[in-house]
Amino acid sequence: MELILAIASGVLFGTGFYLMLRRRLAQLIIGLGLLSNGANLLIFTAGGLTRARAPVIAEDASLLVRPFADPVPQALVLTAIVIGFGVLAFSLVLAHGIHTMAGTDDIDEIRSGGG
Amino acid sequence: MNVLVLPIALPLFTAAVLLLAPSRPLLQRWISFAGACALAIAAVLVFVRVERDGILVLQLGGWPAPFGITLVADVLSAMLVVATAVVGLAVASSAFSGVDPRREGFGYHGLIHVLLMGVSGAFLTGDLFNLYVWFEVMLVASFVLMALHRTRAQLEAAFKYVALNLIASSLFLTTLGLLYGGTGALNMAELATILPACENTAYETILAMLFLTAFGIKAAMFPLFFWLPASYHTPPAAVGAVFAGLLTKVGVYSMIRVFTLLFPGDPAMLYTLLLAQAGCTMIVGLVGALAQRDFRRILSFNLVGHLGYTTVGVALGTSAAMAGSIFYILHHIAAITNLYLISGVFLRLRHTTSLTELGSIFRERPLVAILAAIPVFSLAGVPPLSGFIGKLALVRGAFGAGAWWTGGIILAVSLLTLLSMARLWSESFWKTAPHGDKSRLPGVILLPIAFLSAITVAMTVAAGPLYQLAMKTSDQLLNPALYIDAVLKGGPQP
Repeated sequence: MELILAIASGVLFGTGFYLMLRRRLAQLIIGLGLLSNGANLLIFTAGGLTRARAPVIAEDASLLVRPFADPVPQALVLTAIVIGFGVLAFSLVLAHGIHTMAGTDDIDEIRSGGG
Repeated sequence: MNVLVLPIALPLFTAAVLLLAPSRPLLQRWISFAGACALAIAAVLVFVRVERDGILVLQLGGWPAPFGITLVADVLSAMLVVATAVVGLAVASSAFSGVDPRREGFGYHGLIHVLLMGVSGAFLTGDLFNLYVWFEVMLVASFVLMALHRTRAQLEAAFKYVALNLIASSLFLTTLGLLYGGTGALNMAELATILPACENTAYETILAMLFLTAFGIKAAMFPLFFWLPASYHTPPAAVGAVFAGLLTKVGVYSMIRVFTLLFPGDPAMLYTLLLAQAGCTMIVGLVGALAQRDFRRILSFNLVGHLGYTTVGVALGTSAAMAGSIFYILHHIAAITNLYLISGVFLRLRHTTSLTELGSIFRERPLVAILAAIPVFSLAGVPPLSGFIGKLALVRGAFGAGAWWTGGIILAVSLLTLLSMARLWSESFWKTAPHGDKSRLPGVILLPIAFLSAITVAMTVAAGPLYQLAMKTSDQLLNPALYIDAVLKGGPQP
């Protein structure tokens, strides 16, 4: 399972960077989104995957018994997803503003037309 | 109430009040100014406590160290929080001379305080993931501040700024994932006990390089600095001032903090690489500055170049060089913020900052010229001003560490800075302007400029004690055991 997720995260990073090198704003933003999700998946995978073992102490025990799913990476990913979503929404609005003002979403044309 | 929360809680409170208060400009400006004053008092309070009791530690929510989020203030953090408050005070008072009404209607004052909160939080946190969150708080506020106005050049600049900073954030997040996966820790003090003992050099190398790249983009180091000169000249003067004064310094601070704690040895030639980067940053920044013909673009390139100075200390790792860098950071925050505010005077008078349109200020407005002369010549490193003292300390530190090349570069780049600033001075203040002034100048615009100039002068007069303080800071940084013990074993509670 780790291997599949690691490959998926790598693919997300790769496509994210590739799209960010393109010339159009829309592709750049999709690239940004893929990149941040690649990072999220990586945190999740690097923290270790444990299925169906909630980190809850059983009623008759006083200690948490291994193996259990580490809650910290999940908390980190949750925070990162929320932040990533907000930032992505902002950059979409910004790109929309540029598109309405410049009439194009080609980065080179925006630059040559700008004063 | 706990003193260490105040530099974060007060700006948040001010921002909330600003959102709820009626949007009458004058009222908003006064609330913002009062909030900045409160932040300044809180920052000084933290600083005094740190001076008296040593490293202050606060375990939020009462969770003991590696499990909860820790706030830590050592001398470096406390000094930088004070510097943040000073910049905040200057920027809040600069609003009295007028803010673009469109911007003010969209919550300009509140955003400034959110930005200050993010910066203070980044300086005070002892947890790496929390540092990421403060980075984002700071960035989102800066994104909005930069994009609020809708001229085409500003939007384009904002987009470059946003895209590059988001890549840096993603890289930082990736690093944190790998870091947690490998060590199971995010608390900086705990990591400082785990990572240096780590046998896996490949893992250490990957982490060090990812940190170097992520912080390198934030701190605008060569070769990752291009977003800064492409964007910092477009927002209004006050926004540019707070960006230039604080944002890149947070990147530099993170480098100093993370590298001294996590990589005290020299894994993967991290410090050699950083030193080379610092050298290139200085040269490229100042050569770039000489090629520019616009006041604010010259400042942007100078800002980039001088960020090299601020990282030489951590790269060399000797007490003297580190102290020189820290002194330079403090001097640079005051001087560059002031210069960006001065560009606001030009925008007001001539509606442009292109050097060809400037001039005649010295003859027509001697007061402005005299106030501006202090940061200009301080940045240029003219004795006896604070910039000269910082550079002297840095050059002595570099030669003392046997880094002849670095010392040589610092000296050569100082000469280039002098050249760049001399040209800036003669073009914008000295020569006769081709056209006269287009608007009147409100007197209040000079208040924050005078305030920051006074601080630069105070840094010059009190250079001795300030340098002592920088020495104390660098000794603290080079002895991470102090920080680790304070966090994990419990230092004095604030």
